[in-house]
Amino acid sequence: MAKRVGMEVSIAAAEAVKQANVDVISAYPITPQTHIVEHLSEIVANGEMDAEFFCVESEHSAMSICIGSEATGARSFTCTSAQGLALMAEMTYIASGLRLPILMIVANRTLSAPLSIWNDHSDAMMIRDCGWVQYFVENGQEVYDHVFISYRLGEDRKVLFPVIINMDGFILSHVIEPIELIEQEKIDQFLPPYQPLHQLHPDKPITMGAFALPAIFAETKKAQEVALRGSMPKILEVWKAFGDMTGRYYQPVETYKAEDAKTLLVTMGSIGETASVAIDKMREQGRSVGLVKIRLWRPFPFEALKQATLHAKNLVVIDRAVSVGGPGGPVASEVKAAIYGEVLRPSIYNFVAGISGRDVAPIDFIKMVDKAEIEIEEGRKDGYEIYGVRE
Amino acid sequence: MIENLNVFAVRTLTQKEYFAPGHRSCQGCAEALAVRLVCKALGRNIIIAAATGCMEIVSSPLPFTSWRVPWFHCAFENTAAVASGIEVGLKVLMRKGRIPQKKIVTVGMAGDGGTADIGLQALSGALERGHDFIYVCTDNEAYMNTGIQRSSSTPFGASTTTSPAGKTAMGQITWKKNMAAIAAAHNIPYVATACPSYPIDLIQKVKKAADIKGAAYIHILSVCPTGWRSAPDLSIKLGRLAVETGTFPLYEVEHGRYHLSIDFPKLKPIKEYIKLQGRFRHLTEEMIEEIQNRIQREYEVLRERAKRGF
Repeated sequence: MAKRVGMEVSIAAAEAVKQANVDVISAYPITPQTHIVEHLSEIVANGEMDAEFFCVESEHSAMSICIGSEATGARSFTCTSAQGLALMAEMTYIASGLRLPILMIVANRTLSAPLSIWNDHSDAMMIRDCGWVQYFVENGQEVYDHVFISYRLGEDRKVLFPVIINMDGFILSHVIEPIELIEQEKIDQFLPPYQPLHQLHPDKPITMGAFALPAIFAETKKAQEVALRGSMPKILEVWKAFGDMTGRYYQPVETYKAEDAKTLLVTMGSIGETASVAIDKMREQGRSVGLVKIRLWRPFPFEALKQATLHAKNLVVIDRAVSVGGPGGPVASEVKAAIYGEVLRPSIYNFVAGISGRDVAPIDFIKMVDKAEIEIEEGRKDGYEIYGVRE
Repeated sequence: MIENLNVFAVRTLTQKEYFAPGHRSCQGCAEALAVRLVCKALGRNIIIAAATGCMEIVSSPLPFTSWRVPWFHCAFENTAAVASGIEVGLKVLMRKGRIPQKKIVTVGMAGDGGTADIGLQALSGALERGHDFIYVCTDNEAYMNTGIQRSSSTPFGASTTTSPAGKTAMGQITWKKNMAAIAAAHNIPYVATACPSYPIDLIQKVKKAADIKGAAYIHILSVCPTGWRSAPDLSIKLGRLAVETGTFPLYEVEHGRYHLSIDFPKLKPIKEYIKLQGRFRHLTEEMIEEIQNRIQREYEVLRERAKRGF
């Protein structure tokens, strides 16, 4: 029987990396990711894990080391936040272009300026198009589980993509949660050692990272696009296999009391749990509201999102990042794009809330739903605002 | 090293080429020659991590490749970090028995821009961490791939497209960054300078670097006729003149001990080297004298260190 223990989510993440038999860990410290690397250093220093750990001189090098080691066929891991992710952004595109199934946990934090260590999704949105599989998890258990899920998925020869697990900084990374740890034998069965399709070795010399002229670049990019979109069945398959093993089944989009709801909140990340509390309260008052939570950010689950939302009259999409000067938050943009082709589609009201760690309580969700319903009723069918700004 | 020349002959070198002919480098490119010699010295059991730059562009237009050894290009500034990753990956996979035990030399290759400018941080990190790899900087003294822009490795007085000689400017106003000294300051076991005009010396140094456990840094002066505005058939001669004038002394730093590979009791006048290059054609007699004096001074310092040993 699996053990359920209380532990800090960052510690759970590090334990998962240990259990996943990662070969190379390379990272640079940045708040709020630090507890993961600290704990991993301890694990390696105590000989509990046979891995090479390198605390390097920058995040750019952390990702570069992972790219080099992964290219030799070693299972590689890194984690970062905000400015660190910004510094390594260049290499994230290269890792996916080279189809190297590295795993990175991003403890999401605000991008400067002003400098802020607190949580939002501006860092993840900056590299939205980097070509990795990208999850946004809701709680500590999901972080732990997705370490195994990510390696099994990324290393599948039909996928071969690096994977990002986005977890909210502090709100998840620094809280103690009950985590159900999986027995090592089960993990070893679920996640066998990495068998690379290509690896750097003199016995079979290959050139990796050639440059492409315009005559061939579009074809390589299309191939990447087709492959990432095409990984959707595998994503579902791996989640199914994981569910069969643990009883925890995951979906790209999850719903809560959404089937008959007139107004749906759409969230991504840990605020989904808070939003569900707000839904319960509003349901008690007899209101027709529900919740749609996006877990898979890339490849974006267009079909699943449509299925979950098209029956509703109003969507209240909550973003945790601002696309400055743009059409609203990035999640709302994606939701709009997903349903635009439908003749009958819900109206969308977009709130950017909880940027840089400002608390979003259940009451805030209720206020947002209130406002959105009134605004839409009054004919403002495409509203966007930053919620709760003191002005 | 040079005194061993009599026991070596070029014909003893392998005829195998690991950097295949047919690549697209310019006529008279000494950088391509340097890379070819480095590969010859190391043989087939290597993995190369290469930076963006001339050698990447001339050798790897998809779907073609000039590389008969595993070759990996990622980006510009991270060659040493990628090489670190390769070295670490091989080490852990061998330890865990997932690939057979075998000596595989990891080589990082970058130009002067990728080493002395944008790649300096990653290089410093890798040298400090002490990875077992060789880092080869092929220095052609400017960003040649993008069109001859100045780098911190461009010599004083050289005219480039971003340090042009003009009515009020005399070309590059800063002195060439001493990368070999910076590498040596990391207390790594082996640092050397080399030049393909001295092929046996270059090959011996590369072989020595491969045998040494830990990080090794080799700085190779690579004449670039396109960027130096010199005749392509003079590349070997220019490399020799760079050494003979003391502009680019050949030496090693082994575990902190300096050793001049070839010592000239009397250096040739710097003018012989400068006059063959269009990038210096605007220099006045006074400037040439200034360069001459500084080179003489720096050569004396190096010679003293070699005498002292540290």
